[in-house]
Amino acid sequence: MTYQKRPAPKQPGTTLSRRRALLLATGTLAAATLGAPALVRAQSGPIRIGHLTPMTGFLGTLGGWAVEGASLAAEEINAAGGINGRMIELMSEDSINPENGATKAQRMLERDGADFILGEISSATSLAISEVAARNEKLFIAVGPRSDVLRGDRCSKYMFCTDIPNTVMVNAVGTALKQEEDIAGKKFFTLTADYVFGHDLLVAAKNFFDVNNAELIGDELIATDVTDFSPFILKIRQANPDIVCLNLAGNQVTNFVKQYAEFGLPYPMVGFNLNTADAWAAGAGNLTGTWPTVWLHTLDTPDSKSFVQRFQTKYDKIPENHAWISYIAMQIAAKGMSETGGAATPDLIEYFESGAEFDIMKNRPAYFRAEDHQLVQEAYAFKVKDEGTYDDVHDMLELTGPVPASDEPLESIYPSTEGGACKI
Amino acid sequence: MQIVFLLEQVVNGLVLGGYYLLIALGLSLIFSVGGIVNLSHGAFYALGAYVFVQVSGTLGFTGAVIVSPILVAILGIAFERFILRRFYDEDPILSLLVTFGLALVMEQAIRMIWGSAPLAASLPSEVRGALIFGGMLFSKYRLLMLVVIICLLVGVWLLLNKTSFGRVVRAGIQDPDMVAALGIRLQPYMTTVVMLGVGLAALGGAMFAPITTVHPAMGSEILTIAFVVVIIGGLGSFWGVVLAAMLVGVTRGVTVFFLPAASEASMYVLMFLVLLLRPRGLLGESIQKFES
Repeated sequence: MTYQKRPAPKQPGTTLSRRRALLLATGTLAAATLGAPALVRAQSGPIRIGHLTPMTGFLGTLGGWAVEGASLAAEEINAAGGINGRMIELMSEDSINPENGATKAQRMLERDGADFILGEISSATSLAISEVAARNEKLFIAVGPRSDVLRGDRCSKYMFCTDIPNTVMVNAVGTALKQEEDIAGKKFFTLTADYVFGHDLLVAAKNFFDVNNAELIGDELIATDVTDFSPFILKIRQANPDIVCLNLAGNQVTNFVKQYAEFGLPYPMVGFNLNTADAWAAGAGNLTGTWPTVWLHTLDTPDSKSFVQRFQTKYDKIPENHAWISYIAMQIAAKGMSETGGAATPDLIEYFESGAEFDIMKNRPAYFRAEDHQLVQEAYAFKVKDEGTYDDVHDMLELTGPVPASDEPLESIYPSTEGGACKI
Repeated sequence: MQIVFLLEQVVNGLVLGGYYLLIALGLSLIFSVGGIVNLSHGAFYALGAYVFVQVSGTLGFTGAVIVSPILVAILGIAFERFILRRFYDEDPILSLLVTFGLALVMEQAIRMIWGSAPLAASLPSEVRGALIFGGMLFSKYRLLMLVVIICLLVGVWLLLNKTSFGRVVRAGIQDPDMVAALGIRLQPYMTTVVMLGVGLAALGGAMFAPITTVHPAMGSEILTIAFVVVIIGGLGSFWGVVLAAMLVGVTRGVTVFFLPAASEASMYVLMFLVLLLRPRGLLGESIQKFES
C-alpha cells in the first residue's frame, strides 16, 4: 500500500511555505553574516587599478615613463585622502605584447581584484585588452594608443581613449606644414610601422595628402623589430622625394633619425608620430623637422609647470608625454570615481559620457565624446631647433601654438563621428 | 639604373655584415673554446654602448670607442674566472641558464645605473654624411667602421693562426685533455679568449651607439641576429662566421629591394635553408670534444 502525501493548500496572497520562509530567512542571515563584510570591504578597501604598459620591446622605453606618471598620480591622490577615503592601489606590469597583455588583463580582473584596467601604449595590445574588458564588463582607460580604429570600428562601450588619435596628429603637423606651404604639389616618401597603428596612421596621412594635393611617391612598411634602416635610406635616395615622412613608432623613430642624419640625405624630414623620449634619445643634431605631440614639458600653463616641477622632485628628470598622459588619465579616473562614489563600471561610463570636463593642464579643458569615447583636447606641433642653439637635448624642441587655434572648436581636428564606424 | 640600386643594396649589406660579424665572432669564439652558449653576449654589447655614452663626454668620441671595450673586456675576465669556468665540464643546460640569468641581471643593473629611458648619443659632425662611388651611396661612418672591423678581423685571425697562443687555443678547442697532458694550462687561454669575445661585443655596442637607440634591452635586439649568423656559418668556424655575416647582410639588403616588409624574416629563411642543406652550417667544423 502506498501513501501519497497531499499537497499543502495554497494560502491566498502568498506562495511561501513556512519551511521555505525558514530557509529564506536562514539564507538571508547567512548572507548578511558572511557576505556583508565582503560588501563593506569592497566599499572601504583600496581601489585596485590594473596598470598595463609595455616595458620591453620597441615601445618598452616609453613604458617606464607611463609607470612613473601613473605612480605619481596615485601617490598624490592617496596623499589627498584617496577616493572618498579609499586608497588607490596601482598594479603596474609589463604588457609585453597583445597575447600577454590580454592574459594579464584577464588575470588582473578575475584574480587580482582589479576594479578596472588603465594604461597601454600599443594599439594592437589595446585592442586585445579592450576585448577582455568588454567580456568582463569592466572599464578600460586606454591611455596611450593612437590608432583611429580604437575610436572607429573597433571602439567599445567599455573603452575610453585619452591620447590624441592618428588623425589629430596628422592634422597637428599638417596645419604647420600648410602654414609653411610644404604640402601642395610636394612629393612625399613615407616609412610606416608594420602593425595596426602604422597602417592606421598611413590611412590618415594618405587622406591628408589627397585633400592637400600632395603626392605619395613611395611607402615602405617597416617591421617593428628593424633596427638598421640603411637599406631603406638607400631606397629613399632612389625615390628622390621632396619630403620624407615618418609613420614609425617607438624606437623605430630614434633609430631612423640617427641613421638618416648619419647618411646626411638632403630631403627634409617630418613625421606624424613622435614621443619626446624618442626625440631626446636621438641626441643633438640628428632630429629635424616638424612633429606632433599631445604635450611637452615646456607648455606654458601654471598647472603644467607645477606638474613638471613635482615630477622632477620625485624622479629627478623631466617628464615626457607618456608620463604626462598617464598622470592625467589617473586623475580623470580619480575624478570619475569621486563623482560617482566608487568604481562601478556603469556609473563611470555614464559619468564620462556626460560631457564632464577635465582640467588637463592645457589652455582648454578636455572632455570625452559620448559617440566614440575619445578625450577631446588641444594638440600641438613642435619644431626641432638648429644644432648648436641649445646645450641640453631636453631644450631642443620648440612648441608651436595649440591646434586647433583658440577660436576654433576643439573637435575641428578630430575625425567626425557623424556616420562614423564607432557603434557604442 | 635598377641594377645600380640593387648593387648598392648588396654592397650596403656587406658593410652591415661587417657589423654583425663583430658581435657574432665573439659569440662563436666563446662557444668554440669553452662550449658555452653565451646568452649574456648581448648584454655586454649593451654595456659597451652605455660605457661609451658615459665616457664620451670626457674622452670624446674616439677615446670612448677605445676605452669602452677595454673596460668591458676587463669585466669579461671576471665573467670567465668567476662564472664561466665553473661550467666548462657541466651539462650545457646549466651554462645556458646561468648566462641567461646574467643577461637579465646585467640589463636590470643598466636600468638601475642609467635609468630605463634611452640615452642620447650622436656622431661627431666630421664623420656624418655620405660618399658616392660609381653612383652608389656609402655612409662615411660605416666605411670607417668597416675599416676598423677588417683590421680587427685580420688581427684575430693572425692571433689564432699564426701565434703560439693561437695554436694552443685551437688545440684546446679540439682536445683539451691532450693539451693538458702536454703540461699546458688552458685556463689563461680561455680567459683571454672570453675577454676578446666580450671586448668585441662591447666594441660593437660602442660603435653602434651613435646610430641606434641606446636602451637597456638593446642587447637582446642584436643577440638573435648574432646567433643566426653563428648557426649559418657553422659553430667553431672562423671563416664560416665571416661568410655568414656577409650573407645575412646581403640577403637583408636584397630583400629590402624586392620585398621590404620581409626584410627581417629573410635571415631566418636563409638559416632554415642552410640548415636544411648543411645541418652543421656553411663551414661548420667537427669539434672532437662536442661529438660524444
